[in-house]
Amino acid sequence: MNKLKKKIKLAKKKWEELQDNTYPVIYVGAASCGRAAGALELISDIDNFLKEHSIDARVIQVGCIGPCYLEPLVDIKMPNQPRISYSNVNSKVLSNILKSHLLEGQPYVRASIGNFSRDTFMDIPPLFQHPMLKPQVRIVLRNCGIIDPEEIDHYLATDGYQGFMNALKMSPDDVIGVVRQAGLRGRGGAGFPTFKKWTVCRNSPGEQKYLICNADEGDPGAFMNRSLIESDPHAVLEGMLIAGYAIGASKGIVYIRAEYPLAIERLKKAIAQMRENGLLGNNILGSKFSFDIKIKEGAGAFVCGEETALIASIEGKRGMPRSRPPFPAISGLFGCPTIINNVETLGTLPNILRNGAEWYNRFGKEGNRGTKTFSLVGKIRRSGLIEVQLGTTLREIIFDIGGGVQKNFKAIQTGGPSGGCLSEEFLDLPVDYESLASAGSIMGSGGLIIMDEDTCVVDVAKYFLDFTQKESCGKCIPCRVGTKHMVEILDRITHGEGNPEDLLTLRNLGDTIKKGALCGLGQTAPNPVLTTLRYFRNEYLEHIKDRRCRAVVCKDLIEYRVIKEKCTGCQSCVRVCPTGAISGPRSEPHNLDPTKCIKCRSCYEICRFEAIAGDAIVIRTAEKRS
Amino acid sequence: MSEKMSSIFEKFERSPDQLIPILQEVQREYGYVSPESVKKISRYLRVTENQIYGVSSFYAQFRFTAPGRHSIKVCLGTACHVRGGGTLLEMLERELGIKCGETTDDRRFDLDRVACLGCCALSPVVQIDKEIYSRMTVTKLAELLKKYE
Repeated sequence: MNKLKKKIKLAKKKWEELQDNTYPVIYVGAASCGRAAGALELISDIDNFLKEHSIDARVIQVGCIGPCYLEPLVDIKMPNQPRISYSNVNSKVLSNILKSHLLEGQPYVRASIGNFSRDTFMDIPPLFQHPMLKPQVRIVLRNCGIIDPEEIDHYLATDGYQGFMNALKMSPDDVIGVVRQAGLRGRGGAGFPTFKKWTVCRNSPGEQKYLICNADEGDPGAFMNRSLIESDPHAVLEGMLIAGYAIGASKGIVYIRAEYPLAIERLKKAIAQMRENGLLGNNILGSKFSFDIKIKEGAGAFVCGEETALIASIEGKRGMPRSRPPFPAISGLFGCPTIINNVETLGTLPNILRNGAEWYNRFGKEGNRGTKTFSLVGKIRRSGLIEVQLGTTLREIIFDIGGGVQKNFKAIQTGGPSGGCLSEEFLDLPVDYESLASAGSIMGSGGLIIMDEDTCVVDVAKYFLDFTQKESCGKCIPCRVGTKHMVEILDRITHGEGNPEDLLTLRNLGDTIKKGALCGLGQTAPNPVLTTLRYFRNEYLEHIKDRRCRAVVCKDLIEYRVIKEKCTGCQSCVRVCPTGAISGPRSEPHNLDPTKCIKCRSCYEICRFEAIAGDAIVIRTAEKRS
Repeated sequence: MSEKMSSIFEKFERSPDQLIPILQEVQREYGYVSPESVKKISRYLRVTENQIYGVSSFYAQFRFTAPGRHSIKVCLGTACHVRGGGTLLEMLERELGIKCGETTDDRRFDLDRVACLGCCALSPVVQIDKEIYSRMTVTKLAELLKKYE
């Protein structure tokens, strides 16, 4: 314990030095999304610049602060200045920023998005007053984008492992009591009270108990867990220590998708740092509590997010769910009592144990305490990772935080493939477990996908069902056969070959699967179809009766046309057309042969970005065929 | 037994729950899971070959044929789907003359789809080898392919 206390004291001193820096510090957001946007190239540009000008500066890779649409983000902190954030940085802008800010000490205001202090600094507003960040409450994400995720010192300096040390001073039952008082519910989607699960496991007989961190974030369109692990891995690991202590487990396993290599790497580093500092192993910090953490990589099966399938996968078997009871809390991994908690649930625990249940009760509302992270994506202006109090309305999330929709709002999909599509009338729905369920959707792990008038809801419903159908493990018939039928029907409808009875069949199939499937995957698979049938019935009918896709998405129901009056005959589209469907001599309006056109978008894109006319090729709903 | 295989086995306990990590390591090392390696794993873990195929074919990660020089993965997560990921996949299938899940005859490219790379805000994205390319279009992608030999 004393050794760690010394280490914390030192870490805090180092951290203060970084805040009152005497040399320039450059922070680059280099989580997976930042890297995809080019953060690593920027870092090598920065290194070259520093060398060229012999500047003694520190470059720190941080995680993701949230507003992904502004990636890549680079922050510069000069001595005696607040940290200033620059957005959408590319090499050209970067060189301007570095010249101005590093060489002349003048922030490059044009590319800046905010500063880290509470006040405006040289015309740059405070970052956390930005409309996307201001309404958020950052508890789980408090360190994301702020600290270096690969430095345990940074985590220790920001009160890391304080929650765990508090827990060690209490009895395990008292720790469960605090979590109960805090009202924490599982953030993986179902919202089961965390303390209840823990109590069952704690009271189950058995020498060996396991704690599993479920980081098999499989929902397409959700990346909250990846971001948290990449940006602040110690928060999740500290949560595992607390949970392990509470339930009496000595072994912890992080089950994480192999598709997240950076997150895995950062976890491995963090676990090694914990071990060096006596936070893992026997008699941690001189207590009677012994705990160790291992990483298991998933091998690409969505169903393994389901507890019993996940356990089968860790045991080296096909990842197929089994019927419950017995619940894993009584008989789980290798038959031992096992608790499986989601990444975000675990990431919340250190905050609750550090600040107390009463503090946590200040956030959210009765029955739905605390905050929830969401990934806000799709046709939204400000996409990214957000954290809000439970009970915030969808409208606040979409329009205040997300800045609204690119075109006209059509629907919001919550809960990924297991959730539902909600229409405009639900915008004032508070985001909590019960309200979403009553609307036919679910909270899910936290993917929010916004759709505008250019998104076809039938196509989206088919997309989700096709996804769950492919990921169905095949064990139970309702899920294996039922989803297959539903996909086939939806496929027909999107090809303009549906008939009105299909809608009833879809509903019957959906209801049957919901009732009859073995696990959560099957039981929720029909939700996207059932909700769209309920709230967007007209669009289905249009596809069936009028063979019309109003969003201009379903391929068989749309056509490409050259607007003769606009076409300048520049030949750009003729060159890119893979099937020779477009013809015509230079400088004369081109012809598009609809029988040869495979609707690949090449001509449409080239006309928009490189051709002279810019809008001579249009995609529109096909005229009714008799 | 080849040295490579024995050095892989050294890292793992002789226990059936180590099957998936071993398969993952074999694939990392060889690029795919060959019938020969299945035989060796079977002998090491004392698990039947049938069981090993049963487990490995369940998971999308494992492949049983030698990979091409470059792997293209088109993300078809929700965000990528609504922003045109499917069109990108169709274009690649056409350009490369193969279906999703296949390898080109000259072994230059593998083409696969992936459920979500978690870069939804930058959609649609395509991963080639370890690089992730964001905000892709059909035309940008055609240019990009030329970079890879």
